[in-house]
Amino acid sequence: MKYRFTRKQLAIPYALFLLVFVIAPLVVIISYALTGSDGHVSLKNLAGFFSDPNTMGTLLYSLMLALVTTAVCLLIAYPVAYALAFSQIKRRSVILLLFIMPMWINFTLRLTALKEILTLIEGNLAFHPFLNSVIGMSYDFLPFMILPIYNQLERMDKSLMEAASDLGADRKQVFLRVTFPLSIPGVVSGIAMVFLPAMTNYVVLEMLYNSTYIMGSLIGSYFSAYDWHGGSMISLILLALICIFTLLGGGNKEENARGGSLV
Amino acid sequence: MKKKQGIFILILVLALLLIYAPILILAVYSFTDATAIGFSGSFSLNNYITLFTTPELSEMIWGTVLLALVVAVISTVLGTIGAIGVFYSRRGSQKLLSAVNQIPVVNADVVTGFSVCILLVVVFGISKDTFFPLVAGQVTLCAPFVFLSVYPRLGQMDPSIYEAALDLGASPAVALRRIVLPHVMPGVLSGFAMAVTLSLDDYFVATYTKPATFDTISTYVVNATRGSQTEVKTALWALSTIIFLIVLIIALFGNRSGGRRREAGGRKAEV
Repeated sequence: MKYRFTRKQLAIPYALFLLVFVIAPLVVIISYALTGSDGHVSLKNLAGFFSDPNTMGTLLYSLMLALVTTAVCLLIAYPVAYALAFSQIKRRSVILLLFIMPMWINFTLRLTALKEILTLIEGNLAFHPFLNSVIGMSYDFLPFMILPIYNQLERMDKSLMEAASDLGADRKQVFLRVTFPLSIPGVVSGIAMVFLPAMTNYVVLEMLYNSTYIMGSLIGSYFSAYDWHGGSMISLILLALICIFTLLGGGNKEENARGGSLV
Repeated sequence: MKKKQGIFILILVLALLLIYAPILILAVYSFTDATAIGFSGSFSLNNYITLFTTPELSEMIWGTVLLALVVAVISTVLGTIGAIGVFYSRRGSQKLLSAVNQIPVVNADVVTGFSVCILLVVVFGISKDTFFPLVAGQVTLCAPFVFLSVYPRLGQMDPSIYEAALDLGASPAVALRRIVLPHVMPGVLSGFAMAVTLSLDDYFVATYTKPATFDTISTYVVNATRGSQTEVKTALWALSTIIFLIVLIIALFGNRSGGRRREAGGRKAEV
């Protein structure tokens, strides 16, 4: 039979690409994480991680930092998204653009700007390492929290709120029982967009002179020490955390703020 | 009601001030000879002169831009072909490939960069100096986003137009090029823009896969923070200001044409 081109054949190169550059690296990571430097299968790496007070401290510090950063982002982003969604400004798309624009500026340069300001205010950044890291991360990730919440509030049926207040709910009740519950999918995607980077983006800490390690820094330090097994093990733990978050998100349709921001 | 609108505007203005204050203050100081924010200095273009005349800096900037363009072109071609192919595949492979496509999107960039490096450099022994690990790593980061930006466009298309083209004698390849591709073009373009931004912003993939002698803006800035070269440090303020201005111009331009497009769409809907 003569070769005939069909549209679905175009999936083949992409499937190969995903196989080589997404699946294969993960397989390699998993196999490195589960073998010792002698090449034998062992759980020594993992056991070592969970029994070493240093690495456990790093895990806790990362979780703590991510938790506080996410909370701060949420506390700032929700009112902003709400104000943006319900304000009657004429050129709302321009204001929205102003909130998206910082994401197009290289994040290390934005952090440089922030670092200079914080140095001016605090004198020496070394006095408040945790606080500075929270500020740096919130500054960096804020748009990722604003956008999904805004999108959710924006496409909400406004008549539901009117109906609630017509039926006698006061403003607080309308918010707590109608608006907020309906915005939860946006909040969940915002949290997903902020929490993981806050555990791993060690550049923020490095640039603000916080020498404490987070999970991402561990990969960096294993990498510098040519310890592929150690680095893979941390990657595996992070992958497991991502899986847990995804499951907790409950198949909530991925609101892709990182990409959605540009469309 | 009016009071509420006032509060809304207050919140938005405060948030924007918070976001833009550091960038704007840095922009002002980039035009002085001050070595730190808050120090007094007189007007000077030294930072801009240093930025454009230091070979190390201009190499780094053009290198980053060139890399972003190469990565974005490859990612756009790959992601677009992939989205079209996967969209018209059988249900099972559709689900599987879309799920795998999500992995680099939700994964931490550190893990993506590290794992690509381990596979290509450690397992396959490809030299970082070939730039292959760097380009491949960033494409892995970007192509899935192009895929995600093209894929929904295919769903909005009326499948009978493609069928009609075939019935009228077009080959599948021609129908694809003349019917499907123009239809998904807005998604392709925004995917391309996304890939450019992701590549320009990337630190983690670059730091694990780049040749030792090559620096992107991100890796350069992070290294400069560690060092104490004041001249380079303040030249980066100028770079930040220039990038901010470019972004501002693109945003203004994009918003104007975007507004027109929306207007046209609205008019079509009315008819």
